Amino acid sequence: MTTYLVSVLNGLAMGSLLFAIALGLSLVFGMMDVLNLAHGAVYLVGAYVAVALVGDGAGVAPFVLSVLAAAVAGALLGGLLATLTRATPHHLDQALLTLGVALVVAEVLSAAFGNDVHSIAAPAPVGGGVTVLGETYPVYRLLVIGFGAVLAVAVYVLVERSPLGSLIRATVADRAMVAALGVNTGRVLVGVFAAGAALAAVGGVLAGPILGAQPGLDEKVLLLALVVVVIGGLGSVRGALLGAVLIGQVQALGTALLPEYAPFLVFAAMALVLLLRPAGLLPARSAVHA
Amino acid sequence: MLDGTTPAVEPLRTGTADGADRPGRRRAVVTVAVVALLAATPLFLGPYPVTAMTRMLAFAVLVLGVDLLTGVTGLPSLGQAAYFGVGAYTAVLIGIHLTPDAMVQALGGLVMGLVAAAVTGWVAVRARGIVFLMLTLAIGESVHQLAGTWSTVGGSNGLAGMPPISLFGGPPLTAAGFVYWWVLAVAVLVFAGVALVVRSPYGRTLRGIRDNEARMRALGYRPALARYGVFCLAGAVAGAGGALWAQQARFVSPGDMGFEVAALALLSVVVGGPGSLWGPCLGAALVLLVRDNLSPSIGGHGPLVLGTVFIAVVLLAPRGLAGLTGARILAAARRRKENPS
Repeated sequence: MTTYLVSVLNGLAMGSLLFAIALGLSLVFGMMDVLNLAHGAVYLVGAYVAVALVGDGAGVAPFVLSVLAAAVAGALLGGLLATLTRATPHHLDQALLTLGVALVVAEVLSAAFGNDVHSIAAPAPVGGGVTVLGETYPVYRLLVIGFGAVLAVAVYVLVERSPLGSLIRATVADRAMVAALGVNTGRVLVGVFAAGAALAAVGGVLAGPILGAQPGLDEKVLLLALVVVVIGGLGSVRGALLGAVLIGQVQALGTALLPEYAPFLVFAAMALVLLLRPAGLLPARSAVHA
Repeated sequence: MLDGTTPAVEPLRTGTADGADRPGRRRAVVTVAVVALLAATPLFLGPYPVTAMTRMLAFAVLVLGVDLLTGVTGLPSLGQAAYFGVGAYTAVLIGIHLTPDAMVQALGGLVMGLVAAAVTGWVAVRARGIVFLMLTLAIGESVHQLAGTWSTVGGSNGLAGMPPISLFGGPPLTAAGFVYWWVLAVAVLVFAGVALVVRSPYGRTLRGIRDNEARMRALGYRPALARYGVFCLAGAVAGAGGALWAQQARFVSPGDMGFEVAALALLSVVVGGPGSLWGPCLGAALVLLVRDNLSPSIGGHGPLVLGTVFIAVVLLAPRGLAGLTGARILAAARRRKENPS
C-alpha cells in the first residue's frame, strides 16, 4: 500500500509541474489560437538555467536566483514568440514559426551545454527525505506539490477575481469588443504569452531535481503538456489543472503497476477522453474559467 | 478571433496541384528527363553521394504523405514520422526474421503504416487545423516513446543486424547503386500513385474539403470519411517510405521516428510548397542535404540552419519553392505594378 502512496505522491508532484507548464500553452491557445510548439524549448531553457546556476549542489539562494533568471528568460522568449507570431495572421504559419524557434533554441542549448545528461540537485536544506507513513520521501517533491497547490489557487484568484483576470477572460471571449472598448488587446496577448512562457521556464527549474536536463526533454515535456491540454480542454485553467493531475497519476501509477505499458497509458487516456468528450473534460466555454 | 465570421483556422496557403492548364507534353518530357537523370546518377557518382540520395528519396516518400495531408487536404500533420517508423520497424523485423525480399518488406511497411494510421487516425481526423496538428503530434510522440521503451523492438537501442535486401530471390544487394535503384523505383511508383490520387475525383474532394468544408458537406460529400481515408493513405505512404529508409540503413532506432523527423518532414513540405508534389520532394532533398551533408561543414549546426530557414520561409515565401516558378514571380510582379499599394 505504501509503495502506491509513494507513486501517488510522485504523480502529484509531476501533476504540479505539468500544470505550471501546460497553463501557458492552454491560455495562449485559448486567446489567440496559437499553438506554441516552442513551449517545450522554453521549459528546457529554464532547466539549463538551473544547470548553469545550481548544478550539482547549492544553497537556497542560487536556486531562488535561477528561478528568477528562468522566469525572466522565459518571459523574454515568450515576448519574442508573441511578436513573431503576430507577424502573420495565419494560425498554421504561426505554429510553424514557433516550431522553427523550437528547433533553433534546442540547437543553441545543445551547442552551449553539450548533449550530456545533466542532473540538478535540490537546494541543500530540502535535499533530504522525510518519513511519510513509514516510507522515506524527498522533501523537495512535497514542496513541489505545495507549489502546485499555491499556483492553482493564485491563478484562480488572478483569472477569476481580479480586474486583470476579467480583462484576460474578456479578451478570450471577444477580442474585437475589448479592443473597441479602448483596450490594447495586443498588449494583453503579449503579456499572457510572456507570463505563460515564464511559468514554463520556472517549471523547468523546479522540475530540474526530478527530471534533470538533456536534449530531447523538450519534446517529451511538450508532448505531456499537449496531452494535458487536450484532455483538460483548450483554453481552460480548470481543464489544465484536472488534466495535469490526471496525467501525473496515470504516469506515476502506470509506471508502478504496469511498467511495460506505461507509454501506452498516456495515449490511451487521451484517446479515451477524446472518444467520450472530444472537446476535453472541462473545455473553456466562451471565456476562460478558472 | 477578430470577428465572428472568420473561421477558427485558415487553410494553409497552397499551390494548386491541378496543373490541367499547363501543356501536358512539356510536363511529360520534364518528368521523363528527371527520372532518367535520377536513374543514371549511380553511373557517375561515388557510393557516398548515392547513399545520401537514397536517403533523400526514402525521406521524400514520407514527405509525399505529409504533403497529401498538409497541402492537399489542409490538415497539417506532425505525426507522420510515427507511421514512417512503423514501416521502418516492420521492414527490419521482416528482414531479420522472415525474408530479405525487398518487395515483401516494402509491402509489409506499407500495410503496417496503413494499419497504424487506421488504428490511431480516427482520433485525429475529428479535428481540423491547429487541433489536428496538436493531436497528430501527441499521437506521433506517443508512438515514438513506445518504440523507445518497448524491449521487444529493441527499446532505445533500436534494431540492428538486418541482412541486405534481395530482389526476386536473387543475391543480396550490397552495392549502394542497386539499393538506390530499388528505392528510386518504389519512390517513383509512390509518386505516380499519389499524383493519380491527387488528380482523381477523390483528390478534388480533398481539395474541396481544404477550401470549404461546409460547402462540401452541403453538396452531399462526407468530409469526415474522406479525411479518414486520406489519413490512412498518408500513413501507408509514410510506412512505405520508412521501409525504404530502413532497407538503406539496415538499422532502425526510435530516433528515426522522433519529433525532429516529423518537423523536418513538415518543413520540407513548407519549403517545397504545400499542395504541389514536386516541390515538397525537392524540399525533402534540400532539408536532408542541410541536415546530413552540410551539417559537418558548418560545425554540426544543421538544425540551427533548418530552424532559421523554417522561420524565414514562413515569413517570406509562404508558397515555398513551388511558388517561386518564373511564371508566378512574373505574375506577382505584374500585380504589384498594377496595384502598387
